[in-house]
Amino acid sequence: MKYTEEHEWLLEEGDLIVVGITEHAAEQLGDVVFVELPEAGGEITKDDEVVVIESVKAASDILAPLDGEIVEVNTALADNPGLVNEDAQGGAWFFKIKPSDLSPMDEYMDEAAYKDFIA
Amino acid sequence: MTDLLKTPLHALHDELGAKMVGFAGYDMPVQFPAGIMAEHIQTRTKAGLFDVSHMGQVILSGAPMADIAAAFETMVPMDVIGLPEGRQRYGLFTSDTGGILDDLMFANRGDHLFVVVNAACKQADIARMKAALEPAVTVTEVTDRALIALQGPQAEAVLKQINPAVADMNFMDVATISLDGVDCWISRSGYTGEDGFEISVPAHGAETLARRLLDHDDVMPVGLGARDSLRLEAGLCLYGHDMDETTGPVQAGLGWSIQKIRRTGGARAGGFPGADAVLEQLAQGASRKRVGLRPQGRAPMREGVALFASDSGGAQIGVITSGGFGPTVGGPVAMGYVSAEFATADTTLYGELRGKRQPVTVTRLPFVAANFKR
Repeated sequence: MKYTEEHEWLLEEGDLIVVGITEHAAEQLGDVVFVELPEAGGEITKDDEVVVIESVKAASDILAPLDGEIVEVNTALADNPGLVNEDAQGGAWFFKIKPSDLSPMDEYMDEAAYKDFIA
Repeated sequence: MTDLLKTPLHALHDELGAKMVGFAGYDMPVQFPAGIMAEHIQTRTKAGLFDVSHMGQVILSGAPMADIAAAFETMVPMDVIGLPEGRQRYGLFTSDTGGILDDLMFANRGDHLFVVVNAACKQADIARMKAALEPAVTVTEVTDRALIALQGPQAEAVLKQINPAVADMNFMDVATISLDGVDCWISRSGYTGEDGFEISVPAHGAETLARRLLDHDDVMPVGLGARDSLRLEAGLCLYGHDMDETTGPVQAGLGWSIQKIRRTGGARAGGFPGADAVLEQLAQGASRKRVGLRPQGRAPMREGVALFASDSGGAQIGVITSGGFGPTVGGPVAMGYVSAEFATADTTLYGELRGKRQPVTVTRLPFVAANFKR
């Protein structure tokens, strides 16, 4: 698993990349009450604002970590946004990308580096 | 951060693992480890303990009570003279143009008025009171007492274990009651829409009292985050957001707080700052009004969201001044100001959120019915 400075995690699943936010990020956000996901099938460009997360405290944007196509979004989050707090690094994934350019993956942190980053 | 003031409960907040933020010059807990949602629900279902020591506590004394009350009536459009001993009332400081300078609670405590004002406004309020009232009335800021709120349906049951006398108090009563040998100035009121108490306790006894209350299974510490969502669901204004110097009492939906005796035709009509403007608004109605708003979708709409009458085009007709998620409502809730013609309940308006207009319904306040002991 790789991590971005925006507190996203990226997991390779075949030729797709699954994207979510880290437990650390979820804890910082507080209770999540709304998640706005992109449409499946849409093209995204790295650093696009693709997801809006609203917590009891504030709204935050999630930036696309890679260029590519959104092939699937986690519709369970629409009905149960609190899943982000319960299972940030598992069931509360946001979307799956079919990346057109994997090179940014090399820039992202591994788990040890991310742990240092949030320490 | 070193410039932030600390309340007498600061060390306890640290020990309890609070997340702290700067608020009105004080280092205050925004949430405890349970989180805003849990703290909110706890307060609605059992009891929550709030540190509100940042608020201003002020004593008006040094003259016969009737004179103090009469003097204070020159600053607020409320019936102060008619407030019986042992009772508290909601009030507003108005400006010369009839805007709201702050909202406050004032209580007749026998030989003095006890006034509680917002933290962010307290220096200005105290200066204004000194200028208007001294030397005939002495204005004293109370700096050696904490203010603790215990709110929720179990608040009475919890507090009466320390002193059963609190059970005799009704909503908006005030009394001096000893809690574990410490004289506390207690009011049966709060800022959550729930039954509860606000307890002014000497600073040296504050932590002991807070710990004693927190020891109770039904009590959880609650931070400013849940305080905000609780008051929003209760339809209560936050000064500087839902009202300010540019809004008058009638626009803010607070006309009810101006008793008949201070209105046109009353025995002591007018005689407060901005009386002409305020009394005219009471007679004519306001051109814009504060309303409750329920976004029809799940996305919260927060302060600053522009409101429109239709889903495209047209001029802005209002703005959201407070908004967020209401844990008890189970969805987004907001308050804002709209032109009077759009202020009728069940009107559909549109809030512009991230460039898209999303429907909201004008809703009667409060969102959650008050649960006071009357």
